[in-house]
Amino acid sequence: MTEILGNWLAFLPAEAVEAVASLVAILALAIVVILCVAYATWLERKVIGFMQLRQGPNRVGFRGLLQPFADVLKLLVKEIVIPGRANRWLFLTAPVLALVPALAAWAVVPVFPGFAIADLDAGLLYLLSMTSLGIYGIILAGWASNSKYALLGAMRSAAQMVAYEIAMGFALVGVLMAAGSLNLGEIVARQSGGVTQWFIFPLAPLFLVYFISGVAETNRAPFDVAEGESEIVAGFHVEYGGATFAMFFLAEYANMILIAALTAVLFLGGWDSPFHGLVDPGWPVVGILAAPSLFWLAAKTFLFLFVFLWLRATFPRYRYDQIMRLGWKVFIPVTLVWISVEAVFFTLQIGPFA
Amino acid sequence: MQPLVDLFPFILFSGWSGMLIASALGVILARNPVHSVLFLVLCFVISAAIWLLLHAEFLAVALVLVYVGAVMVLLLFVVMMLDINAERMREGLTRYAPFGVLVGLLLAAQLASVWWLRGSDAELLAQPQTPYFSEGNTRALGELLYTEHLYAFEIAGYILLLAIVGAITLTLRRRQGLRVQQVSEQVAARAKDRVRLVKMPAERDE
Repeated sequence: MTEILGNWLAFLPAEAVEAVASLVAILALAIVVILCVAYATWLERKVIGFMQLRQGPNRVGFRGLLQPFADVLKLLVKEIVIPGRANRWLFLTAPVLALVPALAAWAVVPVFPGFAIADLDAGLLYLLSMTSLGIYGIILAGWASNSKYALLGAMRSAAQMVAYEIAMGFALVGVLMAAGSLNLGEIVARQSGGVTQWFIFPLAPLFLVYFISGVAETNRAPFDVAEGESEIVAGFHVEYGGATFAMFFLAEYANMILIAALTAVLFLGGWDSPFHGLVDPGWPVVGILAAPSLFWLAAKTFLFLFVFLWLRATFPRYRYDQIMRLGWKVFIPVTLVWISVEAVFFTLQIGPFA
Repeated sequence: MQPLVDLFPFILFSGWSGMLIASALGVILARNPVHSVLFLVLCFVISAAIWLLLHAEFLAVALVLVYVGAVMVLLLFVVMMLDINAERMREGLTRYAPFGVLVGLLLAAQLASVWWLRGSDAELLAQPQTPYFSEGNTRALGELLYTEHLYAFEIAGYILLLAIVGAITLTLRRRQGLRVQQVSEQVAARAKDRVRLVKMPAERDE
């Protein structure tokens, strides 16, 4: 792409062309992510509707396919009410702070072979730090609203995110040890060669811990005590309406898709095909499926996204103390033990760690 | 056009440094303590950006991860929970200002001495671009920490562990007569211990 742009913008210096090229890439990825978010909301309502023997949205467009756009339009034209004694400036900054890290983290995700917006060597660390920033939007929303429900929701959410971030970090340490690199592109490359090479098998406990922590980190059911409709109305975003609420909504779904994509990248080989090496890529139809491509990352992400919705339709909400117990007393020890086991495997050169 | 591109790092550096100083002033001058904490967060983020300019990617990301993502979140919480009277805290501002200015000047003098050292033949400063930078400094830092500086690194780890244990011991107290659930008992409970199924013939009204 840089070459094509270079021809068009020949009057600019090479650095400026590079900057324009990365801007175009960022814009393209952001638009795709936001469209995915729009259809994730549609999918959620359809899937949960199906599980509860309902229709789901089916009025706007064919089978309700235009429903997300109707929702966006509705939210954007609604009035934004700022509570009387709220901290006006922080009240309006909080939704932005929630959304920005959710989108910024996509910068290092390897989307298809050889492409990530920023091919950072410290990619895994960058991801951890971006996902840990999302908490500011929630805390500030809770505090700036000047509402008891909002503050309670923010407190619950922050304690939960701090607890599960540690388990998540340790799960990533396991991936880092297996791949021998912090670069996400290299982590995917290490897993290439079909389904047998994926980290999900040697790192099964870490995979479970990572995905469940991801569900907790995004405040999704059954870990949605931060919103807990039946207890604290809507938690941290109780005072938000219209476009500001839409941004929290966008952030939550963007985070969900991010966690789903990252689980696919870290444990299921990202864009690598499960039939890699089993089927000759020269074959007509099967060959295309056997080649690593964006399709496989999308398919795996969709699978985990579906699990998110499935969990929501299946499980009752965790009690707050049970959430804390699970995070601190179960997940962290599990990850620590498995990292030690991995270290033993490494020294003895057993299995995939040779 | 080309000179502008060469100037770009300098423009970024000056812009960020200016913002850093402005937000540092914000930390001490903001009326609302929560705003002060947020200015401090901004300081950390801008410092991380400046470190990125120096290709110190690991330090930059670690700064955001550890300080912004964890430490400042907890600090923000404490500040939000405490009902701090900002007016009373500000009373000391003029009284301690001379001392603060003195410390600030001292720090500035120390930093400025780098300029003077650059001119001399101090080895470290003459060659700031170590060969390690070519292969990403995360790996380089890891290799140094786990080989050359292993003892210092491990001792720092033990001190932190001691601090954690100390903090927990200081706050851990069991109040008498408090009714808490025994999770292990809950988990170990079996249906047949709790529920007795009684078989009895259906009664007939005759």
